[in-house]
This record gives sequence, structure tokens and C-alpha cells, in this order.
Amino acid sequence: MSRPGFVLEVDDRTPPLVVHDGEGFRLEKFPLGTRVVYSPESQPGLRDVDAAIRHALEQPENSEPLRALLRPGMRLTIAFDDVSLPLPPMKRPDIRQRVVEQVLTMAAEAGVDDVEIIAALALHRRMKPSELQHALGERVYRSFAPDGLLYNHDAEDPDNLEFIGTTDQGEEVEINKRAAQSDLLVYVNINIVPMDGGHKSVPIGLASYRSLRHHHNSKTMVHSRSFMDHKKSAMHHSAWRMGRLLKDHLKIFTIETTLNNDVFPAPYDFLNKREWEWNVRDQATMLAAKRGLAVAPSKLRRKIFQGIQAPYGITGVHAGETEAVHEKTLAKVYSQQAVEVQGQSDVLIMGVPYLCPYNVDAVMNPILATCMGLGYFFNSYRNKPVVRPGGAVILYHPVPYEFSQLHHPSYVDFFEEVLAESTDPATIEQRFEKQYATDPWYIHLYRTSYAYHGVHPFYMWYWAAHAMDHVGDVVWVGADRRAVERMGFRSASTLADALEMVSGTVGRSPSITYTHNPPHLISDVR
Amino acid sequence: MMLALEMYRSLPRYIAARAVGGRVPGILTGPAAPVRLVNRAEPRTSAPGWARVKPILSGICGSDLGALFGQTSMYFSALVSMPFVPGHEVVGELVDDCEDLPAGTRVVLDPVLSCAARGVERCQSCASGQTNRCDRITVGHVSPGLQTGYCADTGGGWGGQLMAHRSQLHAVPDGLSDERAVLVEPLACAVHTAMRAQVPDGGSVLVSGAGAVGLFATLALRELTPAGRISVVAKHPRQRELARAFGATDVLAPDEVPARVRRATQAFRLTPERSGEFLLGGVDVGIDAVGSKDSLGTTLRVTRAGGRVVLSGMPAAGADLSPVWFRELEVVGAYATQGREAFARALDLAASAPLDGVVGGRYPLYRWREALDHAHSAGRLGTVKVAFDLRSSR
Repeated sequence: MSRPGFVLEVDDRTPPLVVHDGEGFRLEKFPLGTRVVYSPESQPGLRDVDAAIRHALEQPENSEPLRALLRPGMRLTIAFDDVSLPLPPMKRPDIRQRVVEQVLTMAAEAGVDDVEIIAALALHRRMKPSELQHALGERVYRSFAPDGLLYNHDAEDPDNLEFIGTTDQGEEVEINKRAAQSDLLVYVNINIVPMDGGHKSVPIGLASYRSLRHHHNSKTMVHSRSFMDHKKSAMHHSAWRMGRLLKDHLKIFTIETTLNNDVFPAPYDFLNKREWEWNVRDQATMLAAKRGLAVAPSKLRRKIFQGIQAPYGITGVHAGETEAVHEKTLAKVYSQQAVEVQGQSDVLIMGVPYLCPYNVDAVMNPILATCMGLGYFFNSYRNKPVVRPGGAVILYHPVPYEFSQLHHPSYVDFFEEVLAESTDPATIEQRFEKQYATDPWYIHLYRTSYAYHGVHPFYMWYWAAHAMDHVGDVVWVGADRRAVERMGFRSASTLADALEMVSGTVGRSPSITYTHNPPHLISDVR
Repeated sequence: MMLALEMYRSLPRYIAARAVGGRVPGILTGPAAPVRLVNRAEPRTSAPGWARVKPILSGICGSDLGALFGQTSMYFSALVSMPFVPGHEVVGELVDDCEDLPAGTRVVLDPVLSCAARGVERCQSCASGQTNRCDRITVGHVSPGLQTGYCADTGGGWGGQLMAHRSQLHAVPDGLSDERAVLVEPLACAVHTAMRAQVPDGGSVLVSGAGAVGLFATLALRELTPAGRISVVAKHPRQRELARAFGATDVLAPDEVPARVRRATQAFRLTPERSGEFLLGGVDVGIDAVGSKDSLGTTLRVTRAGGRVVLSGMPAAGADLSPVWFRELEVVGAYATQGREAFARALDLAASAPLDGVVGGRYPLYRWREALDHAHSAGRLGTVKVAFDLRSSR
């Protein structure tokens, strides 16, 4: 049975519901009978986060206390999740700062003076100094960055990668050399969705393309059910094999942290509530925000949205051996995000917000909008997708035909060149991926500027491969027609039009589910 | 007497052409045209080796339109004699016996009026077989004129009759249709362009422009050179289709050139202040088949250091030559054709290439305004070559 209050059936009394629509919102009146899945109530955060961190470090899972692993003369490396987490960014102090400060204090007390701190960004863009400072705090930044001891992982620096070995499935494991040659690697994670953490942290975050290509490919993505359940995700199976291989070569101390659902700060905190619980002030704020955003120039809108920092509460800190820690983490995340949903529906509706892990400080381009909708949100299920096989997905996002040349240079070419030839993930992987992955200009921009790696748009497209394989129809409401057509989708002006367009696939009286996120939710489909 | 289109000297019309020709072509094929349909005496010359030719089909070339619309450099003003009958892409029939060619032979024309045609001692270029580089094109039996179609004495393809010298004539095989034969001269130019390109084995080539010049250059490059990737810049759907049919590996829109060439050649791309993007790296060979400032500028900016740029279209002034200096580019011209070999290859190409439907408009002379309008907008209208049909004009 669904948790009362979290799954709603639209009836005559249901007010229009908020739908996220890029850098704006819509108030949408859904057809009667539409099932609406809300994320659960935000859990209270820990009252003393620093004490919880201390406790986790001193009484870790399946491991000696961190203090016991530290000794003078050792090489200690601390790696941490990059700018892609959390979403939106966390209000200061970031939990990574709090954890790293305590780890560094313990290391100093133990006489460890060979310490390096690495942003585990895999093929993501490098973090800017201000972002490093935001994540780790000014004290850590100023103590390490000027001496080159706090830096971004470089997956294209052959001199600083180390080949570890090959898994029993033939997957090559190659990670950051400093991390690989350390006496202890401490990994600091923020677990915002169950996809993160576990063996996804080190074998992926500190890896090279040589390693990543074994699981970030169309075949693996299509066969992952879903990314939010590592036991059913082919991608995670591969990462787990790599992680277990790594464990034999390297001592890893994992620290994972979980967040509650307090995503929107004031004055947007009404978005954390359900619409029928809005008071007069909330309604007035919504109206003002909606009207204001509608007339605001796009630059201002982007600035407002990109400036949002979430007042997350920390719900858990676990440390120790990776798999034991991750079990605890997952339990926490599911307890916050999982919602029981009875059965699949013909149509799944999702509002795609302004932000995904890969457009911090940049426009959400069409590939990223697709990745967010059909990659992340579609895959936010356990057991089986919310929509039935062959059903339809309706997404809200303007899908601007716009790209950041700074962050996404290869995306522009991918969109113009690759998608013009084919939208089939397997075909484009076979025909184009290697060219993009080895293109020296993209590599140069990845290493020296703030660009995502050349192969990154392929990965984003593969992320949506499972959804594209599963559903029969994808329609975007309010999207740039040219942009969605290039991706092989269709565009509608209104929800009514979209339902009309998918009626050929799902009939004229389809069952409809609207997943009301963010904040994050995992539909536990029974 | 014969019916012919005649281009004549008119300063006001020339100024009008320069001012508005590109933007309002209707004016130039209308009241302000420096060309007129006239009844004039048939051209005659009694010099040895010359014979009369009755044109069957005569193409409208980009250089003809350039002259008409005032886009041609004044450099050429010393190389023509007015008034002249334009038209140098000709398939016609010999009226007289011409040395070894009997009357009635179908011929195509190498339009260059070189030393042999002029009856003067051969210059150094002609002696070495490079007749397109002839230094004597203003002297001898006939008035100044770099080609038939720009000379007051010889007539041209846009008239009922012209005079041609044996050195200019190539017999057309029986199996080749008139519609294909009229393409032999532009194909021969394309063959020459391909040879001038000196493409290295598997080298990458950018052909900027997919009008007749660019498409035929693509065809010749694919057939006659060891080129690897040939990228063609095309604006219109039919041009894109034909470019692929003629051997292009990929077809680019004009605004995609720096990005797509960068991708294909894995070059580095830079964006200077207030100027177009350019590449460090790029194609081995760039061919400018448009002749506009933009097209030449783009071609120069996306050709690799030490690469070769071939000016195949009649070039415009004003392109930024910085890349030529900085990237040490070899910029070479490709004017007309070099001797008989190019025509022999062009005849083979005309017989074997997928050229059906390439002549997309045939007009009698009296519908010349329509014909020139059509030729001016040929790309947009999906036409490669517009021609005058002289059989229906007599």
C-alpha cells in the first residue's frame, strides 16, 4: 500500500499542480484520475553533524577507526565528489568541508604530512577555484590549493594514471596514480540519489576513459534496471567488479553522507510543500514568482536559478569499508526518497527542472534535458519503470537550442553532427564515440579549460537509452520544436495536445502518472 | 544575320550592376541589363584553321553572371573586346570542314583563344601545352578576348553562330547526349581544378560551394585524385543531394564549416575578436568554388598549415590573407583547362558520371531574361546548370 499522502489521485478538488519547466514553473490542471507521486516528507536533519562525522570516523563499518589507519610518513589521499553533487548546491558549510576538515585534523594529529586532495570528476568538467572553495571551505582551500595539493583529477594525463588490472569480465581498471599509490584513500561522498556512492565513487570518479568505456556504453545502459538499484544495474555490476579488484590493491576508507529533501530555500520553499497545503502567502509567492519569471530576461532567470543553494539537512554519515557503508547509505536514501506505487501506467509525466548534474553554471542544453528526463527521472524507480513497456512519456522543458561553448563544446558537435546521422545509441557509439573520445581539441579543453570531456554527450545519450528502449512515445511540452525533432522526439504546446499526440500509442483514456519532482523521489513500483 | 545576345559597354548600367546586381537581380535581367537581344551579322574570319559552329546548347556560367552583374574585377576589362556575344560552354555542330573534322561534326569548345587560334608564334606557356596561361590573348587574328564569349570577333554560344579554331574544338562521341556534352567544358575546368589541387594520398579536401563549379570539382576530385574525405559546403537540398552523388563524404551548411571541419580533422579551433573562427589544423586542400569574400575567407581559415588553397571560382577581392602568411598556405589559381588531356577526361566523365537532370533549364534566346533569372537563383531552385537552347532560337 502506498504511504498515505504521497500518492494522490486527481479529483475535482485537486488544485492545479506545480510542474517544473526548466527555468520556470507551470501550474497544470491534470486530467481526473491522474496519479500524482510526491516525494516523501523531508526527514529531520542531524542535530549535531560534526558529532555524527566524528562518530562515523571513530566507529566505522567493517573497518578499523580512521585514526588507526593513519601514521607518520604515509601517503594519504582524500578524494571527493565533484561539482555535480549535490543539486542544487548546498548552502555553506558543505558537508564535504565538514568531513574533510575532520579527516585532516585526525591526519595532522597522527603526524601525516603527505596529503593530497583530489576532486573525483572522472570526465566531468574541472571545478573552478570558487567551487572548490565552496565545497571544501576556505581554510582547506587556502592550505592546499596554492601548493598544488588540492586539484582536479585529470583523466587524460597519462603520467598520472595507473593501470591496476583487469576484472574477470575483461574490464580494464585504470585510476588516478596518486590515489592508486597511496597508503590510504579516503573518499568523501554526498549521496543524493541511490545511484551514487558505493563502488561508483572510486572506480568511476577517479578513472580514465579506458576504464569508463567498459560500463558507460549503450549496451550496459539499456540493460540497467534501473540505475537507482545497484543490484539490477549492469553499470553498477561492472563498477562493483572494478571496486572489488581495486580493494585488493588499495586501502579505501569510504565516507558517505545522506541528505534530506530540503531542496528549496526561502522564498522558494513553498515548492517543498504540496499544493493543497499552501497558505495564502505561499500562493502569493508562487504567483509572484511565476509572473516575475515569465517577464524576466533569460539571463536574469538563469542567474536567479543558478544562485539557488539548498538548505539540506544531513540525515546520515557512514564511514568505513565501501560496501558495508553503502548498505547503510542506501537504507537512509530509500527511507527518504522511496514511495510505493501500485502498478505501471500508460503515460508518465515529468517536469524537468533547470538543473542537472552537468549544467552547473550553464544552460541545460537539449542533450542534458533529455538525460535529466529520460535518464535520471525515468530511472528513478525500483522493481520496474512507472510507465509500462511501450507506453508514453510526456516531459516539460523548453529544451532551448542553446549550448555553453565553455562547458559543452563537444555537445554542440554531437547535436549537430551525430544526432543528424542517427539517434540510436548503439549506432552512434559504434560510429562516432571513439572519434569524440580521442579528439585532441576536446581533450585540450577538458584538461585546461572547463569543458566536459569529448565523449560526455555520448554518455548522456546512453543514459536515456533504457527509457528510449522501453517506451513507445516521447513528447515534450513547450519545447523548441527544432531541438526535440533533432533528437527524434515530438513537441506539443499543451498537455492536452501531448495526450492527443500519444493517443495512437496509449489510447484515448490512458492511465497517467505524474511524478512530482524535485525533490527527489524513487517510485517503488509494485 | 543571326539572333544573339550581346553584351555592350554602358557605364550607367555597369554602375547599376555593381550597386544592386547581387541584391536585386531582377533589375539587371530587366531594364538595366547591359545585355540585349539583337540581330547582328554572323562572325567571319578567313584565317586558316577557323570554321563556323552552330551552337546547339550553350550554358550560362557563373563568370557570365559575374560579368553581367558587375561582380567581375576591372582587371579583366583589358582582356575583352566589346560588344561581345557571351557563352563559352558550348556544344555545337561544325558548319564547315575544319582540318580533320568534317562539317556536321558535333563539337565542344575549349574557349581559350590562345596563340594557335590567334595565328601568332607560340608563347612560352602555349609551347609547354599550358594554353590557359597564354600571354598573347590580346593580339593576332582576332580582337582581344581571353575566351570565346568575351571577344568581339568570334561570337559566342549565346548567338546563332560562332567562329572557332581547330585548336579549340573537341569532337563529341556519338553516344553522348547534347545535355551531357554541354557540360564538358565546365567538367574540363573541374578536371583542371582537381589536378591543381595536388591532393595527397587520402588527403582531406573542403570544396566551398556546390554550384556547378563546386559539384563538378567534387566529381573530378573523387574520380581522378586519391582524396580521402571530401567535404562540400552546400546551401540547398538539391545541391546536398548531388554533392553526395558526386562523391562528397559529407555535406556542410556554410555556418557549420569551422565546427565540422574541426571535428573531421581533429583540429583546434580559435575565435578571434571581431572576426571569423579559424582552425589550427584543418583540411589538406581547400577549394573555393564560389569566389566570394566569405567563401574564400572560410576556406583559408580551415586549411591546415602548409596546405593548398585552389581558387576555382572567379575570386572576389577583400578576403583576409592573414592565414596565407601565418599558415604558409599555397594559394593557386585554376583557370580554364590545360590542353587536350583535361577535355579527354571530361568527355569520359560526361559519359559516365550521374549527370542526368543536371541541365535543369533550357531556354530559347528570346526568353533570356527568364534564363538569367533562373541561372542567378539556380541553387535555390534546385538547378545546377541553365542553358540556352539555340535550336529553338533560330
